[in-house]
Amino acid sequence: MDLFEYQGKQFFAQYGMPVSAGEVALTVDEAVDAAERLGTPVMVKAQVHTGGRGKAGGIKFAATLDDVRTHASDILGLDIRGHVVGRVWIEKASDIADEYYASFTLDRSAKKHLGMLSAEGGVEIETVAVENPDAIAKVWVDPVDGLDEATARDWVAAANLPEAAVEGTVDVLLKLYAAYVDGDADLVEINPLILTPEGRIHVLDAKVTLDANSVFRHEDYAAYDETQTRDERETAAHARGLQYVGLDGSVGVIANGAGLAMSTVDVVNQVGGSPANFLDIGGGANAEVMAGALEVINNDPAVRSIFINIFGGITRGEEVANGIVEALERVAIDSPIVIRLDGTNADEGRTILEPHLSDVLQMAPTMLDAARRAVELAEGREV
Amino acid sequence: MSIFVDAETRVVYQGLTGSQGRYYGLLNRDYGTRVVAGTNPRKAGTDVDGIPVFATVAEAVAETGATASCVFIPAAGVHGAVIEAAEGGVEFIVAITEGVPAHDEADFYNRLRRDHPHVRLLGPNCPGIISPGQCNIGITAGHIALPGGPVGIVSRSGTLTYQALYELREKGIGCTTCVGIGGDPVPGTSFIDCLAAFEADPDTKAVMMIGEIGGSAEEEAAEFIATRMTKPISAYVAGVTAPPGKKMGHAGAIVSGGKGTAAAKMDALREAGVRVGLNPTEAGELMAGIVAEL
Repeated sequence: MDLFEYQGKQFFAQYGMPVSAGEVALTVDEAVDAAERLGTPVMVKAQVHTGGRGKAGGIKFAATLDDVRTHASDILGLDIRGHVVGRVWIEKASDIADEYYASFTLDRSAKKHLGMLSAEGGVEIETVAVENPDAIAKVWVDPVDGLDEATARDWVAAANLPEAAVEGTVDVLLKLYAAYVDGDADLVEINPLILTPEGRIHVLDAKVTLDANSVFRHEDYAAYDETQTRDERETAAHARGLQYVGLDGSVGVIANGAGLAMSTVDVVNQVGGSPANFLDIGGGANAEVMAGALEVINNDPAVRSIFINIFGGITRGEEVANGIVEALERVAIDSPIVIRLDGTNADEGRTILEPHLSDVLQMAPTMLDAARRAVELAEGREV
Repeated sequence: MSIFVDAETRVVYQGLTGSQGRYYGLLNRDYGTRVVAGTNPRKAGTDVDGIPVFATVAEAVAETGATASCVFIPAAGVHGAVIEAAEGGVEFIVAITEGVPAHDEADFYNRLRRDHPHVRLLGPNCPGIISPGQCNIGITAGHIALPGGPVGIVSRSGTLTYQALYELREKGIGCTTCVGIGGDPVPGTSFIDCLAAFEADPDTKAVMMIGEIGGSAEEEAAEFIATRMTKPISAYVAGVTAPPGKKMGHAGAIVSGGKGTAAAKMDALREAGVRVGLNPTEAGELMAGIVAEL
């Protein structure tokens, strides 16, 4: 789950990190009211789940309330890398003497937590990593040990931060690690972490991704689920508990298992088609789940054909076939369907499907054959 | 021969009294797996279809000589279950459960390495392991696997693992052991662990590997293959056309910051001498070719 900047700052504040006072606003008037309460000057910042906000004109300094009105009306509705800005964060402007970068994430190769700290903040860390890799000080933290103060101090020294920044940064890093671990985050990133002219360390931006698998021990995370960026199709699939990712093509894909679903998307592309989605219905493939999946796909206006790719493991072919037949009785489908059914008792399953086959419900013996047929049908309808 | 599990492996099911644990535990027993015990502190002294239930893994090990455990515990309890199994004295732990928080995985992975270095963990979020004809621990449909070898299989994906077993069986090719390492960010057992074990297993003559997008496990495996493997390998990597920044079902399957793409993984494997198929069927055909040349 990706957090907006303001949610990330509120999250950091719970762990005692220094963030600016601010308010979120959904309209221009709300933005102006917020700025009036906070006192100018303020920053008007677009809240979107993507980077590059500054370059896109999504972050503006406002000296006066009139400036706030101008900037908020420019930024609200702005399209930043395909994300339309629906809310802005108004916060007290900060004076900056120096900018740093700090983050924690999981290093999957080392199977330890990786902390990165750099005296070169305010620019994308990927750029620093390419142009000046020595400017990033890395520390690997064993989750069993955690991060202690001595390690944090050595780490800050390795990053060559100026003397004035050391104490405040050590403090923030220890709190950032606590937020990362206790908050079950996949990523916590501060860029920039700033030193003010008065010598204070302050969190000026927040990028936080939380582990959706941890919600059972974080009841408050349900609120973040509601602000995830999903298109209409993804929202509908999410409501039905389906693993769905929207794509741009015309062949709707339904498969059981994440790997097989990914593979199905690949094969549709390989035979010259374009998949409309990734959809994993999990192991069971019963009528209920299949009907839900067909509904989601059928509501996608770009879909011209549907490819159902099921491999029976523990779930037997006849159960899968009965599930498909029952689902088709419940949902009226506008596009032709191609089914590939393989695995346990596939023959029995195919026998059940046989009497239902027609121009709009076809069966193919292999994954590749089925993909070719689905693509042909999708293109035939487009002509 | 086989790797990690064989006909002698004695398995305790943590969560045998739950619906999933009972279903798959009994299926595994029907297959021939030595399912010797279950655990549930509230149901100690009872049995599940004749399988005795103990309060803890330690008791199950003491009473039944269990050597492996299979975890069918809900995600919130998996951390505790894995540590209990390791402390209880089994040498192999298979964690089937999906949805385990990544921080829990990172923690018990490192705890096991430090305090129980002789214990192997497989998973979480994996289909399990099968040495066809000998032992099946987890949710793989046993009958789709042809016993005997000469192929070993290691896979990050569940259904694609079944697909691989099935394609080989259709071609009359048997399997020594098929290991589903799972699609999570911190798998207990890696590709490299399995490749090394297959390399050392005299009955495994070739290895089929199924990867997917995300992380760098396939690239690391490629390096290992180039320097340490003598046995031929065919591979498939799912997610060639996956868009960056979107999790494709598995928690670990995400292309982020330009890293973890299928194309890079396939290139690395090809450079290491692996025959890479563009879909599971092609990888199966490549393996059939390898087996014919053996």
